[in-house]
Amino acid sequence: MKKILGVLIISLLSACASQTTKPSAEAVANDEVIDSSAVESDGVDFHPLQDPNSILSQRSVYYDFDSYALKSEYRELVVAHAQYLRDNANAKVLLQGNTDERGSREYNLALGQRRADSVKNMMLLSGARERQIESVSLGEEKPRVSGHNEAAWRENRRTDIIYQGE
Amino acid sequence: MPIQFRPFFCSIWFLVLWLISAPLHAGLDIEIFGGGTTRTPIAIVPFSDEDKLQQSVTTIVGADLERSGLFKLIDSDGLRPYAPVEIVYSDWTQRGASALVIGRTALMLNGMVEIEFRLMDVARKEQLAGFLTVVSKTQLRAAAHRIADIIYETLTGDVGVFSTRIAYVVKQGKKYALQVADADGFNAHSIMEYSEPIISPAWSPDGSQLAYVSFENKKPIVYVQTLRTRERKAIANFKGSNSAPAWSPDGKRLAVVLSVFGNSQIYLINADGSGMKRLSRSSGIDTEPSFSPDGRSIIFTSDRGGSPQIYRMSVTETESGMAERLTFEGNYNVSPDFNQDGKSFTFITRNNGQFNVAVQEFGSRQMQILTNSRYDESPSFAPNGKMILYATEIGGRGILSAVSKDGQTRQNLSIQAGDIREPAWGPLPKEN
Repeated sequence: MKKILGVLIISLLSACASQTTKPSAEAVANDEVIDSSAVESDGVDFHPLQDPNSILSQRSVYYDFDSYALKSEYRELVVAHAQYLRDNANAKVLLQGNTDERGSREYNLALGQRRADSVKNMMLLSGARERQIESVSLGEEKPRVSGHNEAAWRENRRTDIIYQGE
Repeated sequence: MPIQFRPFFCSIWFLVLWLISAPLHAGLDIEIFGGGTTRTPIAIVPFSDEDKLQQSVTTIVGADLERSGLFKLIDSDGLRPYAPVEIVYSDWTQRGASALVIGRTALMLNGMVEIEFRLMDVARKEQLAGFLTVVSKTQLRAAAHRIADIIYETLTGDVGVFSTRIAYVVKQGKKYALQVADADGFNAHSIMEYSEPIISPAWSPDGSQLAYVSFENKKPIVYVQTLRTRERKAIANFKGSNSAPAWSPDGKRLAVVLSVFGNSQIYLINADGSGMKRLSRSSGIDTEPSFSPDGRSIIFTSDRGGSPQIYRMSVTETESGMAERLTFEGNYNVSPDFNQDGKSFTFITRNNGQFNVAVQEFGSRQMQILTNSRYDESPSFAPNGKMILYATEIGGRGILSAVSKDGQTRQNLSIQAGDIREPAWGPLPKEN
């Protein structure tokens, strides 16, 4: 929480530091609402979403080149998150689809959207509610691994599952 | 054509490094490769008292003309005629100049600068164009670009684009800046800076606003920003992704790509964000719309046929799944941009693993590949339809490049530091 507050203050300060337009603090703060019950972990009891032994701590789904098909090896992971959403009606997720750097930025944005949608559709089939899920795309704009080779590209063809408040 | 020029055949590759003292916010350095086979030889005599000004007007004029690839600068070699009566035409015939530019400048008591300019036909010994104007010192570059436009228009018959602006995105470290610069890369300044990506800037038809996509809020959202006031507004912030803004020619609405109802599809939305309605309907991806100059149709990228290709559909009041496929060569054709003459479009084609700039006429359906680089993106036509600005890569760093529509002339525009991408060539200035 402190960290997020710090980031907020820094972005507020930097927003004042230049005449160039910066996004408003409101825009930055939006979506930063923390569900503290889900994050605080006193002692040894992990929240299920953070427990390294729980499949729910796994948050990424990977794809083949130019494909948005959800591979069978990720079904269990996606279904587990869907069931968590089903059982926790207040929980919400943002699904961010990503692509590798090759090709048109806008076309990749649409391809990343299809990847995020593939996860969303599986979640809806597995008990999550429409209002709990927003699927969006970051296209090729936010690579997890920089580099111009297959190893980097493989890591970047991905959908990330992000819970609200994280 | 009022006069005839001897064609000049350029046998060697030609390289000009534009080296003018870098301003504080270093602009773009420009390099020119190649050059058209036929270039008009023109001599530009430094104007009188130019050395007393902060900017040499004739240097800017010469660089503009040279960059177009259509002119060859002839050294004036110490000759200094300032007025028509001072011209010895045989001097210029000997030097091979078909056209001659002369003029004067005068610093006035109020700090303004008077500029007189004349374009002379060497063979006919007569004036083709000219003007007398008074500008402030900060308008010297703009006045020089106007002179270059007049010369270009008089000698080629086409509209000059030296007074236009370009927009692009620079990534420096972890910072992204949406910048606007003059077409020659000078006067670059940031419109918007942030630590999250910015893509797809699009000029409003009157040049007063930019639409763009920002990722500042964990997802892509389309903003419209007024350049003069810096005011901005999210015009498409629906659930899901919002991207690929394209202005209709009347500036009243934009085509955008939304995933609010699932699949990325093309929608129309008013410039104030109201009145969203669906335009395309397919089970695939529809994205990257670009309006025809008459506003009655769009071209766009769709994978409805299995691979991304360029399609055209009419912009009617009702949504439609009907579209005509335009590209058939290769299995990856994306990022279309309409030529303002309405007769052709530019796009990126994947060609033996490379991504290259191509043009295609609507009539002949012939595709012509214009570049041979590895990784070109985001082609954007100049408002006169003669050049195409695009992003490419050298040594892993993004730079801007421009290629003539016939592929004959190519120039690199590179910023001092950082990765530069997502260029958009702005419209012709309103006054003219």
